[in-house]
Amino acid sequence: MPRLLEIKDLRTVFDTAKGRISAVDGVTLGLNSGDTLGIVGESGCGKTMLALSIMRLIPANGKIVNGEILFSGQDLLKISSEEMRKKRGSEIAMVFQEPMTSLNPVLRVGEQIAESIRLHQKLHTKEALALSIDQLREVGIDDPEKLIRDYPHQLSGGMRQRVMIAMAMSCHPQLLLADEPTTALDVTIQAQILDLISTLKEKNNMAVILITHDLGIIAQAAKHVAVMYAGKIVENSTVENIFDHPLHPYTRGLIESMPARCAASSDKGNYLKTIPGNVPSLYNLPAGCRFFDRCTSAQKECNKEEPVLKEIEEGHFVSCWKYPGNIN
Amino acid sequence: MARLIIRLERPDAGNIYYKGDDINSFSAAQLKSYRGNVQMIFQDPYSSLNPRKSAVSIIREPLTIRKIGDKNERDEMVMQLMAKVGLSKEQANRYPHEFSGGQRQRIGIARALVLKPELIIADEPVSALDVSIQAQILNLLKELKHDFGLTYLFISHDLNVIRNMSDRIAVMYLGKIVELAANRDIYSTPMHPYTRMLLSAVPSGDPKNKNRTLSIKGEARNEGEKGCNFQNRCSYKIDICAQEEPPLKRYDQQRFCACHRGGSI
Ligand SMILES: Nc1ncnc2c1ncn2[C@@H]1O[C@H](COP(=O)(O)OP(=O)(O)OP(=O)(O)O)[C@@H](O)[C@H]1O
Ligand SMILES: [Mg+2]
Repeated sequence: MPRLLEIKDLRTVFDTAKGRISAVDGVTLGLNSGDTLGIVGESGCGKTMLALSIMRLIPANGKIVNGEILFSGQDLLKISSEEMRKKRGSEIAMVFQEPMTSLNPVLRVGEQIAESIRLHQKLHTKEALALSIDQLREVGIDDPEKLIRDYPHQLSGGMRQRVMIAMAMSCHPQLLLADEPTTALDVTIQAQILDLISTLKEKNNMAVILITHDLGIIAQAAKHVAVMYAGKIVENSTVENIFDHPLHPYTRGLIESMPARCAASSDKGNYLKTIPGNVPSLYNLPAGCRFFDRCTSAQKECNKEEPVLKEIEEGHFVSCWKYPGNIN
Repeated sequence: MARLIIRLERPDAGNIYYKGDDINSFSAAQLKSYRGNVQMIFQDPYSSLNPRKSAVSIIREPLTIRKIGDKNERDEMVMQLMAKVGLSKEQANRYPHEFSGGQRQRIGIARALVLKPELIIADEPVSALDVSIQAQILNLLKELKHDFGLTYLFISHDLNVIRNMSDRIAVMYLGKIVELAANRDIYSTPMHPYTRMLLSAVPSGDPKNKNRTLSIKGEARNEGEKGCNFQNRCSYKIDICAQEEPPLKRYDQQRFCACHRGGSI
């Protein structure tokens, strides 16, 4: 049986006044039903564009120029836009970072969910509304009969995100893409939303791609982790490997600099570990490895040629010249 | 709260004292000196710097306004500070948009330090920064605190950052301080039910340790309702919680908590 999702050498580019950039630059990854893949990386490294590429919803000045996105074996890049539209919402759904921008401000919550259900199922408004109520109860809303009459602006950030999840879940997708679903929320609400996603995943044997810049969330919620840096995946493995046995110098730097993993003290002596330098701009990438000028274990070959993602140990993919498997 | 302390806004009630004097009854001269002694570092290094000024003039501006030193002395001070916060001489004449987020935050920090303040209000100083840059800035703030003998009021929603930066911690819920204690006491023996829920909700950063000690439930209630603000989410609620708002009470030298069940749960 094919894996639920298999992405091969995906490249998504933007043509801008300053030239062409590859926001997603040769990404390869896979995911099975029922699993959560965390995608972690810094601002601008291409996480959202990767998710939007899977949905085939990238902004108009961008395009996918290479690769395959196999969903249950079928290449999403080869199907018609009509077929893709049917898959969105029914088989693949997405929850966005800022729920306010993806909810219609002038529609009551119930109508919005009912609308999204009716896009994929032939139902009368009344039936769809009844289903919406069930769906809202599923996502932990105590009084859905009241909530369906509210407008989005009347809801708290946490409630809005629950509504977004209810809409995404309304057609029981096999794959849920959650792009920074908790970034704007208080940690106690964040914890509840992450728990909710995990419960729904278990119940429906759904696969989840959880995008975040927060390593704490990754450790809490992901089974596998892909670390992105400047458009590329630099490491991909189980969450245990990523946190306890990271191989890429960038991943290692990120994990070591987490305040959660350092001693508690405001003393001067108690510094955090840091990664020197700054994230490179996609418009001005260094030659060879993109992490070269920040890497403490860089060798002189590293800025000659770009390393490729290779399986260094079983189930542990790394893109770094340090590992002999990689030197051809 | 930060805006009240730097007197951008005035409180509706209550007083703020700086070294014993009420900042809202300062004379013009006192206010001027206060505004030199108390500086602010902002969350968003993008919007807090004037885009039309070079790095060096942004940092120098408070000296120029106050006519401190002559031109050479000012430039000397600014160059020293730039080196101290990790900016190079070559970057001095560049404009904010030519810097990364972390570098812009360094400019903001240098500007806050140029008048040799005693107290710095740092409002979410790393939350807009990339993960790999946050630790650099936190270390810089620690180093400056030590080298210049600074006091920080450090505002953050990230409990791991707070734990790494603070001596004492005030936990706020819906505009009120619910607990105030020494760093280690907050994390080892949290007293207020909200502090406990908060600590339990923070991801541990370790995939082997995912289990929460407490269940996390509920959402913030609306403002202006009667009784304790946290009652609708609290597992320890008793009758009085619905009636009266608990005052912030002192439990020992360093420890304050606003809970009707304080000390008994
Ligand atoms: N419409 C566009 N035109 C040109 N460039 C774009 C466009 N949208 C995104 N980009 C660029 O593509 C790159 C990847 O963007 P993306 O939104 O995927 O980043 P991200 O990893 O999701 O970041 P964040 O953590 O800030 O959400 C960025 O460098 C961004 O500037
Ligand atoms: Mg994004």
